[in-house]
Amino acid sequence: MAKSRSALVVPSIAILLGFALGAAVLLATGRSPIDMFYAMLQSVSGKNLRADTFNPRYIGEFIVQSMPIMLTGLSVGFAFRTGLFNIGAEGQLMVGSIAAVAVGLWVQAPPVIHVLLVLLAAMLAGGLWGAIPGFLKARFNVHEVVVTIMLNYVALYLNNWAIVSIFKSVDRIKTEVIPATALLKSPALAALTNGSRLNWGFLPVLLSILVYWFLIEKTTFGYGLRAVGFNKDGALYAGMKVNRSIVSSMIIAGVFAGLAGAVITVGTFSFGRALPAAEGYGFDGIAVALVGGNAAIGVFLSGLLFGMLKAAQPLMQSQGIPKEIASIIQASIVLFIAMKYGIEYLMKKIRMRKPPVAVEEVES
Amino acid sequence: MNLLLTMIPIALVYATPLVIAALGGLYSERSGIVNIALEGIMMVGAFTAASVTVVLEPNPMAAYYGILAGVLAGVVFSLLHAFASINLKADQVVSGTALNILAGGVTVYLCQIFFDQQRTNAFTTGLSKISLPGLADLPVLGVLLFKDVYPTSYAAILLVLLTWFIVYQTPFGLRLRACGENPQAAASMGISVLGMRYTGVLISGALAGLAGATMVLTQDIQYTLGSVHGAGFIALACLIFGKWNPFGVLGAGLFFGFSQALSIYAGDIPFLQAVPLDFFYMLPYILTVIALVAFSGKSVGPKAAGELYDAGKR
Repeated sequence: MAKSRSALVVPSIAILLGFALGAAVLLATGRSPIDMFYAMLQSVSGKNLRADTFNPRYIGEFIVQSMPIMLTGLSVGFAFRTGLFNIGAEGQLMVGSIAAVAVGLWVQAPPVIHVLLVLLAAMLAGGLWGAIPGFLKARFNVHEVVVTIMLNYVALYLNNWAIVSIFKSVDRIKTEVIPATALLKSPALAALTNGSRLNWGFLPVLLSILVYWFLIEKTTFGYGLRAVGFNKDGALYAGMKVNRSIVSSMIIAGVFAGLAGAVITVGTFSFGRALPAAEGYGFDGIAVALVGGNAAIGVFLSGLLFGMLKAAQPLMQSQGIPKEIASIIQASIVLFIAMKYGIEYLMKKIRMRKPPVAVEEVES
Repeated sequence: MNLLLTMIPIALVYATPLVIAALGGLYSERSGIVNIALEGIMMVGAFTAASVTVVLEPNPMAAYYGILAGVLAGVVFSLLHAFASINLKADQVVSGTALNILAGGVTVYLCQIFFDQQRTNAFTTGLSKISLPGLADLPVLGVLLFKDVYPTSYAAILLVLLTWFIVYQTPFGLRLRACGENPQAAASMGISVLGMRYTGVLISGALAGLAGATMVLTQDIQYTLGSVHGAGFIALACLIFGKWNPFGVLGAGLFFGFSQALSIYAGDIPFLQAVPLDFFYMLPYILTVIALVAFSGKSVGPKAAGELYDAGKR
């Protein structure tokens, strides 16, 4: 009881503090926080309260922005549950995207099957990429944080090399357009949201959230993973195959992130892209997982929160608010969540001052 | 041979910020605090240095004031990491990640406030190269090491020597390392673990700030979101590849700097022409993973780095 309350209270305080800090930064630099909140409201509801206009395209874009970061959030969260820090969702996503482009361009298949093959290939590639740090951790006890950071850059340059040398991009920026059979695009969904990039990608995303919940909460396999995350030595003593758990956890984390790569490449876009730098989906995933407490429903909700921040960026920019305020707010929220012990300690202090009835042990 | 003569000075330019930032990481990790925020601190240092330089130019000392400002900004920014991970016991990797995200946001936000665009204005000269009188006229060696070299490259070498001396030859260094190996034992000898770790993180902030400033003033014409482009993580790689040792860091930094220079000139070298550029970019990262595997099982890095410090633990 006390535990579940703390799981809600700390992120809520962190979110409030993050937005308060963002508003303070805006005020200090002569911008209006009200404009920011209007922009966020418009990106979620499609409604411009000032001009009293409604454009469902904003809602569509808001969902489009939320989809991949929910998946990278699941990726980071799944590894967290096993006590692993997956900073490599970004790289797993890019490798997934490469596989999606390959199957999209080179394989010919009927409509629904083709797109399923694309998603499967991306998941497989992401899983393999995630298996590397998992294996190195299990076999050589090499820290997964450093390996995943390094592999992100390897994946970035691998992607850029593949776009130009393997997929023969003419302009060296993007590949030719992937055939419609391999795309998640939906003219109906786009029309419904006034020409947004909304696509069928939300189906695999929602399914992934369900699978995540089921795997973690309802299966012996998930229980074993959580046990390893909670106490590695204890799990080993209880006869669990800790090393195998570490590898499979990183594979599954990679599968989620790889899927995100496909959702972006054949959903949001319809071609592979060379990238000058990482796009930050992996970092978004860390924020989403931390705020969501690594729980399925939490990842869903915090995915919406950060999706809103991302979707509101162009609106803010058009109103003279530098769009980077979104990153500032996101980073502050992550920092405040990281200060969990500090926040809990403060809460405990505050509660101690009240009559003893209210005293309740809050555990992390 | 001529190619090598042109390549080595360029490798030095690339290696300089890597070595300086990695030395910063060394102080932090030796004190027991993992610092993956090197990248973010470098961005803040680079932004500050570029801004100050732009504002003060054409003052001939503009770049030096810029560097000083970059160092200070790095220290201030790293305070956040120190406070979160030392006082509030935040997960050091999460805190570092937050700082990396924050750095990208804050610097470009301030660019928009100060310069009304996504980047700082361009500075005209940045840092100027110097030639050491006398030494620059030496055959071969003069051209390689003493003619038209950025003063920050010499600073990097001096910092390596200084760091070696501080970390291995002074009581302060011994205490610093003790806090990174076994903080409880250090505390039992009356060493302030908190104080040593703050010192370690703040020195890493100063050096990463210096590295960022150096990078933007020697390799760029202005600060953009892409100015640091992963150098902080290569610095982290140098630290690991160099086994958390100052001379190892220097070697790794020079090697990675050389591999970057090689990527520029690969087109002119017959047996490298066929290798895609992207593979050169990948090299430092792949080598680091291999190095980690090779070092595994041996205790190379600071033992307690990354762990929460619990004074009551034995």
